[in-house]
Amino acid sequence: MSQTIDDIKAGYPLFLDQDYQDMFEGKRANFEEAATADKVREVFEWTTSAEYKDINFSRTAVTISPAKACQPLGAVLCALGFEKTLPYVHGSQGCVAYFRTYFNRHFKEPIACVSDSMTEDAAVFGGHNNLYQGLENAFALYKPEVIAVSTTCMAEVIGDDLNAFIANAKKEGHIPQDLPVPFAHTPSFVGSHVAGWDSMMEGILRCFTAQAMEGKEVGSNGKINVVPGFETYLGNYRVLDRMLDEMDVPHTILCDPSEVLDTPADGEYRMYAGGTSQYDVKDAPNAIDTLLLQPWQLVKTKKVVKDLWNQPTTPVVYPMGLAGTDTFLMAVSALTGKPIADSLTKERGRLVDMMTDSHAWLHGKTFALWGDADFLLGMVRFLMELGAEPTHILCAHANKKWEKELQKVLDASPYGANGKIYIGKDLWHMRSLVFTDRPDFMIGNSYGKFIQRDTRALDPDLEVPLIRIGFPIFDRHHLHRSTTLGYEGAMQILTTLVNAVLEQMDKETGLLGKTDFNYDLVR
Amino acid sequence: MALRQCAIYGKGGIGKSTTTQNLVSALAEMGKKVLIIGCDPKADSTRLILHAKAQDTIMSLAAEAGSVEDLELEDVLKTGYRGIKCAESGGPEPGVGCAGRGVITAINFLEEEGAYEEDLDFVFYDVLGDVVCGGFAMPIRENKAQEIYIVCSGEMMAMFAANNISKGIVKYATTGSVRLAGLICNSRNTDREDELIMELAAKLGTQMIHFVPRDNIVQRAEIRRMTVIEFDPTCKQADEYRTLAKKIYENKKFVIPTPIEMEELETLLMEFGLMDVEDESVVGKTAAELAV
Repeated sequence: MSQTIDDIKAGYPLFLDQDYQDMFEGKRANFEEAATADKVREVFEWTTSAEYKDINFSRTAVTISPAKACQPLGAVLCALGFEKTLPYVHGSQGCVAYFRTYFNRHFKEPIACVSDSMTEDAAVFGGHNNLYQGLENAFALYKPEVIAVSTTCMAEVIGDDLNAFIANAKKEGHIPQDLPVPFAHTPSFVGSHVAGWDSMMEGILRCFTAQAMEGKEVGSNGKINVVPGFETYLGNYRVLDRMLDEMDVPHTILCDPSEVLDTPADGEYRMYAGGTSQYDVKDAPNAIDTLLLQPWQLVKTKKVVKDLWNQPTTPVVYPMGLAGTDTFLMAVSALTGKPIADSLTKERGRLVDMMTDSHAWLHGKTFALWGDADFLLGMVRFLMELGAEPTHILCAHANKKWEKELQKVLDASPYGANGKIYIGKDLWHMRSLVFTDRPDFMIGNSYGKFIQRDTRALDPDLEVPLIRIGFPIFDRHHLHRSTTLGYEGAMQILTTLVNAVLEQMDKETGLLGKTDFNYDLVR
Repeated sequence: MALRQCAIYGKGGIGKSTTTQNLVSALAEMGKKVLIIGCDPKADSTRLILHAKAQDTIMSLAAEAGSVEDLELEDVLKTGYRGIKCAESGGPEPGVGCAGRGVITAINFLEEEGAYEEDLDFVFYDVLGDVVCGGFAMPIRENKAQEIYIVCSGEMMAMFAANNISKGIVKYATTGSVRLAGLICNSRNTDREDELIMELAAKLGTQMIHFVPRDNIVQRAEIRRMTVIEFDPTCKQADEYRTLAKKIYENKKFVIPTPIEMEELETLLMEFGLMDVEDESVVGKTAAELAV
């Protein structure tokens, strides 16, 4: 049971040692009052049945493994995308520890985010004193140029008024009058991380433009603004920049955390790096238009762009896959009068070439997928472009209007015939779906690995592999740096998907003397 | 004698705090050891006992000290007339924070610090008028007050409130040991007030435990921040509170209330002439329309 210095084992091989195995067995037999292994197996198998699926889907009172995160998490990601901006969460400390670790584990980066640590007396008397002290300390210690305030449930339940509190903090001299402090109320008991992102974006845009619209004229700076939404693939920020650069379109990406979430290890800690500048946000109303890449989550942002800035908010779809990217680039071209760059046309051709190369393998393969509303629309479109068939499409936070929109997308292709949409459901529902109507693959975040493990436990031959695309991804490294948007993103997704198929093929045909007649060197 | 915990509820302004303090003074006169816990951010539940404007509350002391954990029992418990112990939960200024949470925090603190372990006969919770959220139901949660007294008068809104509070008690009574112990009628000198409240009490399945007549000496004592018992022990009103105290001391009628429907309550009010017989033809008509 003890480790020796020359042979230190990690948990995985260590717990297989006989002494540990005996200990587990003894615990189970003497203390846990556990059911027999047969009974456990029986119940496990029952949870994979159609009968259980019906019970599972009639569930009303509990969420198991939710496919969403909470509002302030989105607000913090949004704040990270602006220059020298400190995300500040008004409320309890534990919530902020959760946001930070969540992002730490996904991005493998330190996340600068502060809390004003409300405790019991603040819950009773209101959190204004915490906010005053917190803003003063955060400003003095971390020297931000902007502090972006969101809230936790605790502050929301007692009804703390950020607008008044922040104004008073300035009046009483805790922070300078001219320090921009955009804010968003982000209660987690409604909405999800995407709603929080949207609220914070609205707060930031209003903070910098609402009182400064005089002299602003749509189109006067000749730029295009792009609002990415809750976007965790850093490559996507970069590819948007590249595509617009190649088209020679001056642009501003409103919210770009790709620097601060990808800082180099060169001995210098950067609390702030990159991000959209205050100047660019103030100048944003002068742009030709603002393109909202994730329209299903950017409801409040759209109102600002449309009603405050008077820009047309030309509709675009999430630029994922071939047609998705086409629509985006054509919208940019139409708005700016700039032709689609030759380099992009060539890149598109390469993507089409790749799609035809891999088509034979992806054709007819079925996929269950979950994630955010806009991601799912884009992914379903792209899967069908590839000849693959989305079967179970699950979104925790989307509404009925989205369901109808996605249904239209499915109806437009023969590959969408077996696609079923589930809104407001969780990953325990998805588990039932995967067992009762088995897809070839799952596409989603790391939490899907438990469904994969369970499919394997039921029957190793019927294991459903998880393809990790989404957020969060905790158990694979550096995927957050890749790209999923544009032709470049489509190439990367295609590569991931087709190689997952080929790997599975190798696995199935790798049995010596049994199935290896098809264990081919060339695929 | 085992510790009895009682909570006093009733419509705002009905005289809960005054009644409670006079009643508790009478109990103290009988030699009982009593603790009053004010559960109202206004913190005016103990002023007549302590002759103070308002005592320092648990929550204000906690805010001063940094957190509730930094407080000690002797900081928050004050002793007044005839050794009556007093504590006020306190709470936020109007319009900010969460008063209900203040009550929860304060009562948890008192329990954890062993405020009830002393040699006590009674604890009285004097609770804010309306049970607006879970915090103000804290005194009637499990293992706290088992007897609820509702202060009311023969006015329509006071009776509505009494009925509503009974509804609240039912929720907790069916799963716990909290019971309605009676209505205390704090008279407003309306017609046939005693009969009316007795009738309401009967419908709720409880009793009118005492009819406290109106007497200006209560106000005169209050100006001096004193209870009647202390201000003028020989006066008639002091005897009324002594009778109330005796009845509560001897009370054994603890029930799960049977709150009545709105219609039944309105019928009762009509019977006693507190409400006009409903004329459906005037519903929704303005004064100008009715004048035509």
